Amino acid sequence: MSYEATFRVWRGDAEGGELTDFQVEVNDGEVVLDVVHRIQATQAPDLAVRWNCKAGKCGSCSAEINGRPRLMCMTRMSTLPPDETVTITPMRTFPVLRDLVTDVGFNYQKAREIPSFIPPQGVKPGEYRMQQEDVNRSQEFRKCIECFLCQNTCHVVRDHEENKPAFAGPRFLMRVAELDMHPLDAAADSGLDRKATAQEEHGLGYCNITKCCTEVCPEGIKITDNALIPLKERAVDRKYDPLVWLGSKIGLRRG
Amino acid sequence: MTTETRPPEAADSTGRGVHSPGRAAIAQRHLRLDRWWLPQVMTAAGLLLFIGYSTWRAFFGLHTSYAAPYVSPFYSPCLAANCPKMDGGADWALFGGWWSLSPALIVLIFPLGFRLTCYYYRKAYYRSFWSSPPACAVAEPHAKYSGETRFPLILQNIHRYFFYVAIPVAGILTWDAILGFRDPQGHWGHMGLGTLVLLVNVSLIWAYTASCHSCRHIVGGRLRHFSKHPVRYRMWTWVSKLNARHMQLAWASLFSVGLADLYVYLLASGAFSDPRFF
Amino acid sequence: MTEVERHGFDVVVVGAGGAGLRAAIEAREHGKRTAIICKSLFGKAHTVMAEGGIAASMGNVNDQDNWQVHFRDTMRGGKFLNHWRMAELHAKEAPERVWELETWGALFDRTKDGKISQRNFGGHEYPRLAHVGDRTGLELIRTLQQKVVSLQQEDFREHGDYEARIKVFQEYTVTRVLKDGDRVSGVFGYQRESGRFFVIEAPAVVLATGGIGKSFKVTSNSWEYTGDGHALALLAGASLINMEFVQFHPTGMVWPPSVKGILVTESVRGDGGVLRNSDGKRFMFEYIPDVFREKYAETEEEGDRWYQDQANNRRPPELLPRDEVARAINSEVKAGRGTPHGGVFLDVSTRLPAEEIRRRLPSMHHQFKELADVDITAEPMEVGPTCHYVMGGVEVDPDTASSCVPGLFAAGEVAGGMHGSNRLGGNSLSDLLVFGRRAGLHAAQYAEAAQEDRPLVEQEQIDAAAEEALAPFSAEGGENPYGLHQELQQSMNDLVGIIRREGEMEEALQRLAVLRERAVNAGVEGHRQFNPGWHLALDLRNMLLVSECVARAALEREESRGGHTREDHPTMAAEWRRVLLACSLADKPVPGEGAIVLQRKANPAIREDLLGLFGVDELKKYLTEDELPGAEADLPPQRADTDAEKKSENGAEH
Repeated sequence: MSYEATFRVWRGDAEGGELTDFQVEVNDGEVVLDVVHRIQATQAPDLAVRWNCKAGKCGSCSAEINGRPRLMCMTRMSTLPPDETVTITPMRTFPVLRDLVTDVGFNYQKAREIPSFIPPQGVKPGEYRMQQEDVNRSQEFRKCIECFLCQNTCHVVRDHEENKPAFAGPRFLMRVAELDMHPLDAAADSGLDRKATAQEEHGLGYCNITKCCTEVCPEGIKITDNALIPLKERAVDRKYDPLVWLGSKIGLRRG
Repeated sequence: MTTETRPPEAADSTGRGVHSPGRAAIAQRHLRLDRWWLPQVMTAAGLLLFIGYSTWRAFFGLHTSYAAPYVSPFYSPCLAANCPKMDGGADWALFGGWWSLSPALIVLIFPLGFRLTCYYYRKAYYRSFWSSPPACAVAEPHAKYSGETRFPLILQNIHRYFFYVAIPVAGILTWDAILGFRDPQGHWGHMGLGTLVLLVNVSLIWAYTASCHSCRHIVGGRLRHFSKHPVRYRMWTWVSKLNARHMQLAWASLFSVGLADLYVYLLASGAFSDPRFF
Repeated sequence: MTEVERHGFDVVVVGAGGAGLRAAIEAREHGKRTAIICKSLFGKAHTVMAEGGIAASMGNVNDQDNWQVHFRDTMRGGKFLNHWRMAELHAKEAPERVWELETWGALFDRTKDGKISQRNFGGHEYPRLAHVGDRTGLELIRTLQQKVVSLQQEDFREHGDYEARIKVFQEYTVTRVLKDGDRVSGVFGYQRESGRFFVIEAPAVVLATGGIGKSFKVTSNSWEYTGDGHALALLAGASLINMEFVQFHPTGMVWPPSVKGILVTESVRGDGGVLRNSDGKRFMFEYIPDVFREKYAETEEEGDRWYQDQANNRRPPELLPRDEVARAINSEVKAGRGTPHGGVFLDVSTRLPAEEIRRRLPSMHHQFKELADVDITAEPMEVGPTCHYVMGGVEVDPDTASSCVPGLFAAGEVAGGMHGSNRLGGNSLSDLLVFGRRAGLHAAQYAEAAQEDRPLVEQEQIDAAAEEALAPFSAEGGENPYGLHQELQQSMNDLVGIIRREGEMEEALQRLAVLRERAVNAGVEGHRQFNPGWHLALDLRNMLLVSECVARAALEREESRGGHTREDHPTMAAEWRRVLLACSLADKPVPGEGAIVLQRKANPAIREDLLGLFGVDELKKYLTEDELPGAEADLPPQRADTDAEKKSENGAEH
C-alpha cells in the first residue's frame, strides 16, 4: 500500500532558510527517515541529513517532526495522518549547519566538563566485584544513545541561549548521577563531591523538573524520576538537611 | 565539525530562545500540531477548582467541619480553642484562645507546603501557570530563566521537611478514619458510608505520601550499595513502584481529600444523613 | 595548489569504533599525539549495533573455560582457515581487555558473586560472552569514548588544552592514505560539514574503518560500512585476504521492507529462542553438519534440557555457527517452507515468560514493537539472513597488526585473518579490543622510531587526491550516485550472496566493471557543504573496489567453507584450507577489465602445540594428510606458493 505524502522540510543554513515542500511516495511499513532518503535519492540529492544505524541505536537522526523532537528512524509513517503535511525541521536548540544537520558541539563540550569515572585504588582489573542490584540504576542511564533530544527539548537552554554555559543539560546531569550511583566510583576518596559539583558547576538548580527530557527520550529512560530528582535529593542531603549535616560533623557516615 | 561551543551572542541580537542567531531560521515559536495545551488547561482547571473550593472551606467551613463521628480532613488536627468538640479526635487547643480565624489555616499550611514543593506539582504548575515551559518544544514567553537556582524557588529543596511533617498528619487522619468506626454517639463497632470515604481518603493520602520522591530517597535512594542494605533495598523497590504512579496518586488524593471534606460538609449542614452499614 | 587544513600528529586512527578508539587510547597512553578521524559523530560508530556480548574466557559462569577452549572454538568456527596466531593472541588476551573496561567505568551484567556475567552463544562451548542486556556494543563504545574524554581531561589539567595529545576529528572522511616513497606519510580527506579538504601528516596510520556491508542490499550494517579502509589499504599498496568470506547473519528482520536486514541478536537463540518453518517444525535438527554432529543435540528434548543442565546435555542446533544457520534458513525458504514475508519464525514467546523476555532482550522487544509492531513476548518474529560481517580484510602481521606497507596498521573488521572463513558471535568485540590495542601499541612504537626521520607529505599527492575528490562536481555523465549504489547492492545481493554459482559471479564481475565506468560519471548537484550526494559518489569508488575483491575471490575459491558457499562446489576441501586468496590493486587497470589482481598465498601451518588441543579425528576433517601431527616434515607452504604463482594470472582474468 503506497500513498503520496506532502513533506515540508526545512532547508537552509546559519544564514537563513525556509520550509520546502516535497511530494513523495510513502510505502507500507516505512519510517520518516525512509521518506527523507527517498527525497534525497529522487528530488534533492544534496539534502543534508545525519543518520547512521537506522535502528534507533546510534542516536544520529534526531530532528523535530511536526514540532516534536524525535528520531526520524523510529517514527513510523503509520503514526502520522496520511492526509496531513509532515513538517521536519532540524533540532532548534543547536546552531544549524545545513538542512536537518545541526552543530551538536555543545554536548561534546559538556561531556568533557563532567569528571570521569575514578577507579578505586588498589582494586586490580579482574577484581571488580559488584552486585546486579547495585549496578541496575547506573545501567539504566548507560542505555543513553546520546541522541541529544533531551538536551534539545530542555527549555532551560532551548529558550534561553544565555544559560548554555551554566547548564550541562539532562544528558550530562544524568551522567553525574550515573557516576554518583556507580558502586565503585572513588570520586569521594579523591576529594571530588559529585553531588556538590552537580549543583555548583553543572547547573542542577536550573532544572525545574518539567519532564520534557523524559517525554522525548527514545530509550525510555526515566531521566527526571531516576536521575535528576535523586541527584537533587542528594544535593539536599549535603546542603539543606541539618540531620545529615550534623551526622557528618560527628563522624557518622551512612550509605 | 568542531567540538567547541559557540559563545552566547550579545544581548542586542535579533532574537532569543529558538530565534537565537545561528539556529535554524523558523518563524514559528513551535510547530506542534497536537493539542499540546490541553493537559495544561486541564491541570490548571483542576488545581483552580481545588484551590477555590479549599479556600472557601478553610476560611468559612468551621461550623460544618465535624459531623460525629467524622471530621473533615481540612480541620484535623484542629489546633485552636475555637474548634468543634471532637470526641476522641485531634482537637488540641495548642494555639489557645487568641486565634480567631479558622483553625484550618494553621494546619493546612503543612499539606499545602508538602504539595506545593512536591516534584509532581512543581511540574504541573510550572507548566500550566508559569508556562515554563508551556509544553515540550513550545517556546516559553519569559525573557529570563534561572530555574530553582535562587530565592525563592531554591526553597523547593525543603520538600523533605514537609514530607517529615506529612507523616504525623497522615497518622492523625488515619486515627480519624478509625474513629469513624463508631456511631454518632461514640459507640464502637459501627460503620457508615462516611467511614468508607475517610478510609479511602486516608489510604490515598498514605499512598501519595509514601510515593514521594523524597521518601524514595530517604528509604533507600541515598544508598550507594543496595546489596549491603537488603531491607532498605526492598523498601526502596516498593516505594519506587508507588513513585512511578506519583502523578496519579497526587490527583487521586487531592480529589479524595476534597470529597471527604465535602461529605462531612454535606452531613454537617444536614443535606442528607450518613447511610449506616452496621 | 590545493588549499587544505593541515595538522601534524604521531598516530592517525581512521575510524572511531571499538578498534579505533582502543588503538587511539593505547597510542596516547604511550605518549604519542594521536588523532581520531570518524565519518559520523564521536560515539555513533557501528560498534553500537553489536548486541550479544564480548567473548572472553574469564570462566565466571563455567570455570572449565580457558583460552585454549576459546581458541579451539574460534578455529572450529572459522573452519581452521583462521590465522592461528591471531586466534591464539585473541583467546589469550580477551579477558584482560574486558577487565580493563571495568576500570574505565563499564558496567556489565553481574553474576551472583559479583563477577561479570557471561552468556551462551553460537559456537562457544561455555557461557563466554560478557554482556549488558542486548546493548553490549553501546556499552563498549561509550566506555571507550568516556576513556578518551578522561584522557583529554588529564591533558587539560596538565596542558590547559583538552586536545593536547588526543583529538577527535568528527565528521571527517579520509579518501587517501598518503605516502612518502614506500612509507605512509599521512592521510587526505574532506570535512563533511564544510566540504573543505584536510591533511594530517603522521608517520603511522591505523585503519579501523569496519566492514563493507553497504555493498549488499540486505544488510545489518550502517551507511558508514562502505569498505573505506579496505579500499584505502588497497590504494596504498597493501593486500586484502579472505575477501570471499562474507558472513550472513542468520537472523535479520525481514519485514517491513524499510527495516529489512536490521539485526535480531543471536542472544534470542542463546536465551532459548527456537527457529521454526511455516509447518511449525524446528528444522535445525535436519541441518547439523557432520563436523559438528557429536556436539549438538539430536532431539528437541535434549536441546531443551541443555538450557538448564549444560554439563549433561548437548546444545540445541539453533546455536550452530552462523554460516550453518544462515544456510539452513535459506534452504527452508527456498523449499517453500518460509513465512509470508520470506523468512522463518524465531520464537521466544512460548519459551520464556514475558517479563523475562523484556528483562533479557529489552532492545529486541523495543525494536520489534517500534518498527514492526510485533510483540515478541506474545508472537514469533520473522527473520532471515542479512549481510553482517566481512571476515576478509587487510593482511596484517598477527602480533603487530601492521600491513605490508610500513606505517600502515589495521585492526578490527577491516583486518583479515583472525576469523578465518566464519566469525563466531561475540568474537568481534573481543577482536576489536585485542587487536585495537596491539595496533595502537605498535603504531606508537613505529611512530617513535620514525621520529628522527619523519616522512614528508608531497604536494603532488595532495593535488591529485583533491582532484579525484572534486571530480563528481565536474562529471558530465550525470549518473545519479544513489541509483548506481542501488544497482551495486542489487548485483552483489543477487549474484555474490549466500549461495554462489560460477556463472553468476562472472556476471557480477562484468556488471562491476560497467558500474565502475559509470561511477566515473557520477555527478552531484549543489555545493560542498554537507552534501550527501557527493559523499556517496566518493564512497562508490571504495564499494566497487571491495565488491570486486569479494566477487573475484569467491569465483576463485572452488569449495564451500564458512561464509563462502558454492553451489557448484558444495564441500569443504582440505587442500583449499592451505590457500589464502590475496587481493591487490592491478598496476594499470584496463577499462572493462578488473581493477584487482588475485594471488594465492600459503596459509601458515598451525603451531604443533596448538594442534595438540584437538583430537586427531577432528583434525582429519580439516587438514590434509601431511599436515596432521606426526606427518613427515611439511613442505606445503612452498608448494602452495608455486601453485599460487601459476594460478594468480588466471585469477586476474576471471
